[in-house]
Order: sequence, then C-alpha cells, then structure tokens
Amino acid sequence: MRGRVLLAAFLAFIALAPLVLPPFYVTLFNYIGLATLVSLGLVLLTGVAGLVSFGQQAFVGLAAYTTAVLTTQYAASPWITLFAGLAVTAAVALFLGVITLRLSGHYLSLSTIAWGIALYYLFGNLQFLGQYSGIDNVPPVALFGWSLDTGHRSYYLIWCVTLAALIAAQNLLDSRSGRAIRALRFRSVMAESFGVRTASLKVVVFLYAALLAGLSGWLYAHFLRFVSPQAFGVNAGIDYLFMAVVGGASQVWGAVVGASLLTVLKEWLKDILPRLFGQSGSYEIIVFGVLMVLLLHRTRDGLMPALARLVPPPRVPPAVAAAPALARRGLPPAGERLLEVRAAEKHFGGLVAVSGLSFDLRSGEILGLIGPNGAGKSTMFNLITGVLRADAGEIRFGGERLDRLASSEIARRGICRTFQHVNLISSMSVLENVALGAHLRGRQGTVAAMLRLERAEEAQLLAEAARQIERVGLGEQLHQAAGSLPLGRQRVVEIARALAGDPVLLLLDEPAAGLRFAEKQALAGLLRKLRAEGMTILLVEHDMEFVMGLVDRLVVMDFGEKLAEGLPREIQRNPAVLEAYLGGIE
Amino acid sequence: MNLDTVLWLVQDGISNGAIYALLALALLLVFAVTRVIFVPQGEFIAYAALSLTMLQAGQLPGTVYVLVGGGLLAAAYEIAAALRARAGARLPRVLAFYVLLPAAIAVLAWWAAPRKFDLWVQALIVLGLVVPLGPILYRIAYQPLANASVVVLFIVSMAVHYALTGLGLLFFGGEGLRSAAFSDAQFKLGVVNVTAQSVLVVLASVLVMLALWLFFTRSLYGKALRATAVNRVGARLVGIPAELSGSLSFLLAAFIGAVSGVLVAPIATIYYDTGFLIGLKGFVGAILGGMASYPLAALGALAVGLLESFSSFWASAFKETIVFTAIIPVLVWRSLTSRHVEDEEE
Amino acid sequence: MNALLEVDALRVFYRKVEGLHRASLRVEEGSVVTVIGPNGAGKTTLLGAIMGLLPSSGAVRYAGAELAGVPTEARVARGLCLVPERRELFGELSVEDNLRLGAFQRVRHGERDAMRDLAAIYARFPRLEERRAQLAGTLSGGERQMLALGRALMAKPRLLMLDEPSLGLAPRVVRDIYHIIADLKRAGVSILLVEQNARAALQVADRGYVLETGQITLEGSAAELAANPRVIESYLGLAARSAGA
Repeated sequence: MRGRVLLAAFLAFIALAPLVLPPFYVTLFNYIGLATLVSLGLVLLTGVAGLVSFGQQAFVGLAAYTTAVLTTQYAASPWITLFAGLAVTAAVALFLGVITLRLSGHYLSLSTIAWGIALYYLFGNLQFLGQYSGIDNVPPVALFGWSLDTGHRSYYLIWCVTLAALIAAQNLLDSRSGRAIRALRFRSVMAESFGVRTASLKVVVFLYAALLAGLSGWLYAHFLRFVSPQAFGVNAGIDYLFMAVVGGASQVWGAVVGASLLTVLKEWLKDILPRLFGQSGSYEIIVFGVLMVLLLHRTRDGLMPALARLVPPPRVPPAVAAAPALARRGLPPAGERLLEVRAAEKHFGGLVAVSGLSFDLRSGEILGLIGPNGAGKSTMFNLITGVLRADAGEIRFGGERLDRLASSEIARRGICRTFQHVNLISSMSVLENVALGAHLRGRQGTVAAMLRLERAEEAQLLAEAARQIERVGLGEQLHQAAGSLPLGRQRVVEIARALAGDPVLLLLDEPAAGLRFAEKQALAGLLRKLRAEGMTILLVEHDMEFVMGLVDRLVVMDFGEKLAEGLPREIQRNPAVLEAYLGGIE
Repeated sequence: MNLDTVLWLVQDGISNGAIYALLALALLLVFAVTRVIFVPQGEFIAYAALSLTMLQAGQLPGTVYVLVGGGLLAAAYEIAAALRARAGARLPRVLAFYVLLPAAIAVLAWWAAPRKFDLWVQALIVLGLVVPLGPILYRIAYQPLANASVVVLFIVSMAVHYALTGLGLLFFGGEGLRSAAFSDAQFKLGVVNVTAQSVLVVLASVLVMLALWLFFTRSLYGKALRATAVNRVGARLVGIPAELSGSLSFLLAAFIGAVSGVLVAPIATIYYDTGFLIGLKGFVGAILGGMASYPLAALGALAVGLLESFSSFWASAFKETIVFTAIIPVLVWRSLTSRHVEDEEE
Repeated sequence: MNALLEVDALRVFYRKVEGLHRASLRVEEGSVVTVIGPNGAGKTTLLGAIMGLLPSSGAVRYAGAELAGVPTEARVARGLCLVPERRELFGELSVEDNLRLGAFQRVRHGERDAMRDLAAIYARFPRLEERRAQLAGTLSGGERQMLALGRALMAKPRLLMLDEPSLGLAPRVVRDIYHIIADLKRAGVSILLVEQNARAALQVADRGYVLETGQITLEGSAAELAANPRVIESYLGLAARSAGA
C-alpha cells in the first residue's frame, strides 16, 4: 500500500511542481523528464537485457534533427514529424541492432560508441543540417491551437509522455514478453529452449530503447527549439548510461532516480567546479567518473534497491486467479517411433564427446540414458535440443530433421527439457520461472503487454504455471524467489517449467540429484503418471535405483558411444556395462 | 590525383596505421587477460604527447600530479587490503612501487623540465611518467572488480575515461599542442619524399611489436599472461596471481600508449581529449581484425590508417564518419557467419 | 601422524544457495583420503573452497597454518595443488609450456632447477614428451588428464587434490592414473581424491568420506566404507546389484 501512496505523492508532486517553482527549476525538470525517457530505454536494454549502449544520444539526435529539418525547411507539422523522426530512428536502430545483436555483448557496446562518433561528425559537417551551428527556430508543438512555447507549457507534455513510458515499461516487464526479456541477460540458452527467439527479442528491446530516445529527441527539439551537434556528442551517451546505472539499471523507476540525480548534480557542479579550479571547463566529468567507479565498486545495482527497501513489499502476494485452461497439444499414439538418433557425432577440439551414437525413442515410453560421468549424455541432450550442433549424423523427431534447427524452433515441436546445471532466473519467483516454460502457449507480444491488453491470456499462463507447480509438490513455494530454494527443489522447479510447455517429449537431465528418498519416490510416481497420460520421456540419471525401477528401456553410453541397449534387467547383467562402471583397477 | 599524392597518402596512412596497430594490440591484450575494454588507453596517448610538449617548453607536466596522487591512492588501497589480510610483509614493496617510484620520477621531471634536455631524454622521462599509470589505474579502478562481468568493466572504463579526460583538461588546459619533430630530415625513396619522422614511427612500432612477440613466446611471464588469457581458472591453479597478470597487462598497455603518444606528438596537434579518438581507432582496427587475432588486428589497424589518410584527402570533413562507419561491413559479415546463443557470466 | 590438512565446519554459499554445509575432514601427512558421493553433492565445491577459489566460512588448516585470507597462488606456493575436474589446461599453449607454467610459483620464488623436473615428468609420461610441441587443446581425453597431472606435479605438491581423475577415461587409462596415485603416495605425497568411481577410489585410499547434498554423511577407513552396506548400495551400485540379482 505504501508503494501506492508514494506513487500518488510523486504524481501529485509532478502535477503541482510548475505551479509553484520558478522557471529555472521547471526547465531543470524538463531536462530530467527528457533524460528519464532515454535512460528508461537503457534500463530495459542494459539493466534487464544486459546489452550496454553508449550510443543512445545518436538516436536522440536523429529524431531531433529529422523533426528540426522537416519543420523548419518544409513547414511540416510537429505531429507529423513525430512519426517521421521515430521512423528514421527505428530504421537506423533496426539496421544496427540486426548487425550487432547476434554478436557478443562488447561488440554492441563498442559499435555504439563508433556510430555515436560517426553521427556526431556527420551532424556537424552536413550543410543542410547547419553544420556545427545547428538549426534554430524550430517551431513549438501546438496542442488544440495552444502553442507549447514556454518551459511551463512544455512541462506537461514532457512529463505525460515520460510517465506513460514508465508505466508501459513496468507493464511490459510484468508479462509474458517481460519474462523472456528478463531471461536474455544470463539465461539465453534456457529461454531459447522454451521457444523464445532471443536474437529477435534483443532487437525488439533495442528498438524500444531507441524509440524512447527518439521520442526524447523530438520533445527536446520542440522544447528547446534549437538543435546542434554538441548535445549529441559521445559524452551525452555516456551520461545517459551513467544515469541508468546510478538509478539501478534493473528497475524502471531507477531511470527517474538516476536522471534526476545526475541532471541536478551536473547543473550544480558546472556552477561550483570552475570556481574551485579557477578556470572554466567541463570538470564535472571528473566527479562523474570518480563517482561511477566508486558506485560500481560498492554496488552494481545502483541506488534503487536501497530506496526500494524503504517501501515494504506487499505482505500477502496476490493469489493466482482461476482462469480457463490453455489448449493442449495432441499426443501421438503410443509405440510410434518419435525420436530417431542416427550416427550422431560431436567433437570438442581433440575430445570426442559423442561418436556414432544411434538410438530410437518410441512414444509413450521412458528411456533411460546412462553411463559414467563424462560419457557424453548431456552433450547428447544438447544435440537433441539444438543447444549444440552435431558435427555429423541425423536427429529426427516425428520424421522431421531436428539437427539443423535452432533451439527455439525445436521447442515449438513439443520438446521441453530440464538442465543438469540448474538454469532458473534466481531473482524471479517460482511462479514466474515456471510461467516462462509456457511461453509458446501464449501469443501476445510486447505492445499488448505495455497496454495491458493481454491480461486474460496472462491469467491463463499463470494459472497453468501454478497448476504445474502444485503438481510437482511445490505449491507452498509459489511466490518465493527461485534462487532461495535448495538445489534439489530448484531441479523440481525445472521439471514444472518443462511441463508448463505442454511437451510431447520431455528430456530430464538428472532430475533426482539432490532429492531425498521420499522426494525421489514422489518424482518417480509423477513420471509414471505422465507416461500413463501418453508423454514420452528421455531421462539421464545416475541414481541406479531410481532409474531401474522406472524406465522401460536403457541406452548405456561410454566414451560417446553406445555400449549397450536393452531392458533394465538385461543391462544389469551386461559384462561390458559392468566393466565400464567399475573401471577396474585390479 | 597523381601518383605523388597517392604515395604521400600511403606514407601518411602507414605511419598513422602503425600507431593504431600498436594500440589495437594493447587493447586486445588487455581484453584477453582482464576482459576489460580499455577505453582509457587513449588518455595515455594524450598524457604522453602533452607531457612531451610541456617538457619541451620547459614546463613541469601536470602528469606528475596524476602519477603521485594515483600512486598514493593505490598505496592506500593496498595498505587497507594488507591490514585486512594481516599481511604486513608485502607493505615495503607496495610503498616502493606506488609511492617512492612515482615520487622519484616526479622529482626527476621537476629537475629536468627547466633544463630542456634533448628530445630523446625528454621522451624517456615521459615514459617514466606515463607507464606506471597503467598498474596504478588497474589497482584503483579494476582490481576491486576482478570478477565483474564484461559489461560492468566496460562501464568502469568509460568512467575512468571521464575522470582522466577531466584531469587532462585540468592539468593541460584546453589548448591543442604539438611537439617538435625528432628529426626534420627528408629523403627521396624512388619518386617519394619520405620524412624521417614517419620512418621513425614505423620503425618504432615494428620494434615494439617484435619485443612483445619475444616477450610472449620466450619469457615465463609472457607465457603466464597468455595462459591467463586462455584459461583464468587454470592460471590461478598453477599460482599465477590474477592481480599480477592484470597489473602486467596494464603496464604493457600504458607503455604502448606512452610510446604512441610520443610518436604522435610531432605529427598531430593533440588536445586533452584527442586520445579518446585515437584509441578508438585502435579499437576499430581490432574489430576489423575480428577482436581475436593479433596479426589480423594489426592489419585492420593499418587499413584504418590508410582509410583515414585517403578520406581526409577526398572528403576531409567526413573523415571521422567514414573511419567509424568502416566497422559496419565487418559487423554485417560477422553477424551473418555467427550462429550462437551464449550466456554471459553472472 | 600429523594432520596435513584439517577442514572444520566448512560452509560455502554459491549464488545464495548453500553448496556445502559444515563439512569437516582431515588428511594425514602421507596418506590418501577419498571423498565419494553423487553428482552435485558438493565435492568440487569442497575442493574449490580448500584451494581458495570460492569464498567460504569455517576453518581450513594446512601444514599447521590457517588458510583464511591466503590467496590461491600462495596456497600453490605452499604445495597445495589441485587437478580440477575440467582439467583447465592452456589449450592454445604447447604441452611443454603448460608444464613449465606448472612450476610458475617455484620459478617466481627463485628455484632455478625447477625446469630440470621436466625430464622427470616426461619420464613418467612418455606420451607428453612425444607431444611436447603440440597445442594442449588438440590432445585426447587421456592425454589431457596426464598433462593436468603433470602440470600439477611440476609445482612439487605436498598435498595433491584430484577431482574425478577417472572422469571420461578408458579403463586402461584409469588404471594408469591410479598406478601413478599409488606411486606418488609411496613418494610421500599426500592425496585428497574426489571420485564418483568409488570402487577405484576406495582401493587406493586409506580413509574415506561420503559427501551427500553438501554434508559429510559417513566417514571411516577405506576398508570399513567398502564394506558398509549403504555405500555398497549407493556407490558400488551396479556391481552389488548384479552380484545380488
């Protein structure tokens, strides 16, 4: 509740400020609003998705110059140039995003600096952009014939846009797309395995951040009524990033905190530092630089978490509302050949991980894949799910070749998995983690999420997630952060997440590791029940007692090859298997 | 454009490219060993170039304050760490390196400045002033963040760049300076007029590269740096201290920055913030070369030099725009050939 | 006998999850001690904490001194060495450079004869001498393990810790590795051996501990453990099952 009160107080403050503050402060607040928009984009891009851009000022500049040129030289209405500016920004961002976002993160960051510099010199040298002196006499925005030609009048436009953007961003993070975005930073492999097209999603986030910057640029041009390259230099881009980091790059309201703090600090330092050093110059960068280094030494989360602690979280997390069940996939009839692995090969340098491995999996059976540590079982899992690409051989699912498909495409065919090394987003609740598993069962995208048009579907996804969590026996832990559970329980959350994807084929990588006896029995019971419902399961497991009592057939791997295949009791007597497991030293 | 002009531009491009190549190597080295994208490399160039020019004018360069102040700060960090670990035994070494050495160099510079020694002596003093800044910076800004992600380290680099640029403005002022040339000689090589200065630049770059190559293939410490770059955990397990590798790679980076600064000082007017652009051109070279191979990075940097030289002839106003847009085709190509989803370390 | 290594109530938190819960163990000078347990029980975490690679609470005493605050490289300099599960070789360096770097701490402290030990390593692993100029990344699984072991031996370890040395190796190679472990023990090197291959480990060890879900659940002489019904059921698994079936 106190959160609501704070929000209301903030809104009231924003609404009343220009009525009581002198013009200097209103202008300052306008700058804060403009900076908030840009750093909000960076919060999503950097803080949430883990992509650092030092080049947002270039997008601000693109939109600002577009609107300035069109309104001054072609007398276009600012409302039309708004779309023109955003279109130019979007086109450039789309191009840059597509070419950099598939590469490692530092490529993006370095290229943002590069295009920032390139555009700065371009703005400064093009004749029709007024070169280094810029373009003046940009007309103010007019709203219903009312010209927003003073700082006071622009104020409400800037802050309405900023607040709308903040709320939209918050809505976005709390949605199906938001969960996927939050997985981008540390859990791309997992997100891909549940059907998230991470490369395209990164482009979407990048585009969104660029559009917010473009919006800020349009507002800037019409509020200041003047554009020049100096406002879009590399240092502006660095400042925006610092704002996001200072505020707390993973939280939406951190953008407001960071933008306010740095904008005010900069004003103040510009005033006092030259007096201190006895000469003029932009010395505030010394203070900014030192402050940033100190801040990052002490905390990498910015100031927002400390501020958030002042507001206690709601004591009772909202119950998951009942919602109509999601549609389910039809399962193939039992006994059909579902998965075929033919002569699969995978090498890492001089190391052979999987070598000429072939086996079949029939629908409705539980197949155990066992073998000593390092035999290549997890590699085989990664080949089936497309995390790794086989060097040779074929993998077919329902007759279709999987070995050339991306993980997210394989997930679309009804293959869900768990990971040997727990792959949850530790800061998200169990419920949200499991709901991510149902990603492919929803359709609504980012725009619907920002506008909250997807609430019906969201309720269905959450209800489904809650049902699967209940099913694996973690109903009590629904709202706990996934990272706070013991490792054994976290593995069980992984199973619930895989089930939420409504799989045809379920791949489990050591699900029983770290479980107590009773928990193992419950898990075995659940897997038997799933098999009875027609699900097909491929299981890697070390606990022989668990495996032998559960599976229909076993494939034994050693040195990447198939050592034996057969019923559990045959395998237990197979001399080759015994030799491999005992690795005799006598 | 006649042949003379072409050859002149090629000469100019190669001598600039040689400097960018040195920088590209330093940036790759620091990145491989410490995962730091070392943007402040550029500030070493500006500090060195401006210090050299000030020494020529008989003035004490402001670098001494950064050096002594930074050294004291680094020593403070070390002392605090030593107290926490109750390891007082290493304090004498710490004080010698972070306090006595900078102080000695500062005194030397103060004594030498008004005496206007030969340019070569002044260049050596500049190296003494700038090179220790590498390990000092590493100790203050980066060592406390040894296990942070590439992203956090990158942000720190930008912050350090800010602080150093601001200090540069404070100590060197906003004016651009250019130093006297090491030699004004010119000679004819076939149809080309070759300046001794550009020969010197290329020769010095090649020598530094050769020395680096020997260091990395022959000495145990060079191999230890390579080992750290290849496998951080493995390096710790054979007892290579992470701080040693970090410090050493920053020392080499500062050395390369200082040499580049001394070389570039007579051929360009340097402002307190020029180093940033020069350093970034080294990065462009490294990106053109794929950010992994040293020879390719050097070639990429050479290409940047030539591109810059020719574009300053054809469209001098758009020189920077052209150079910094050059990475786009490379990124397009790399992005089309890479297919891979990877997770950042937490 | 004196305890060379004493671990007391060691706790390790990994990403806020407890990976090791108050584990205690000792290694006597000159003995071989094994820690067995299932995947994910915390065996690698235990070794990482003893090496100083992971932050931990509790006490680790080695050769009479408390190791808290002692960085990994100083532990190596005192003869505490780890051959990790993932080998962690320098793939882009030659086999010989990998071995030379194994003696990094000794050379740094002025031992001029450290490189003479290369000959001894090559005598023990002739395969490595054949491949001395080859890059470590191109070696096969068995050769990698030998190189990792050789690299650790170049540091002249007093306590050698081995994390799953038989992982992914052919039985013949495993046999070789265990012969070397027995040799090293005869030469006076103390060994802490973490294994899933419980049978092999218990044959070479003097004492053993069972680590499950981050806790030591059983300890005793190797013979006692090998005869313990629970150990037979869980860790000598398949053999006992087939013998009984």
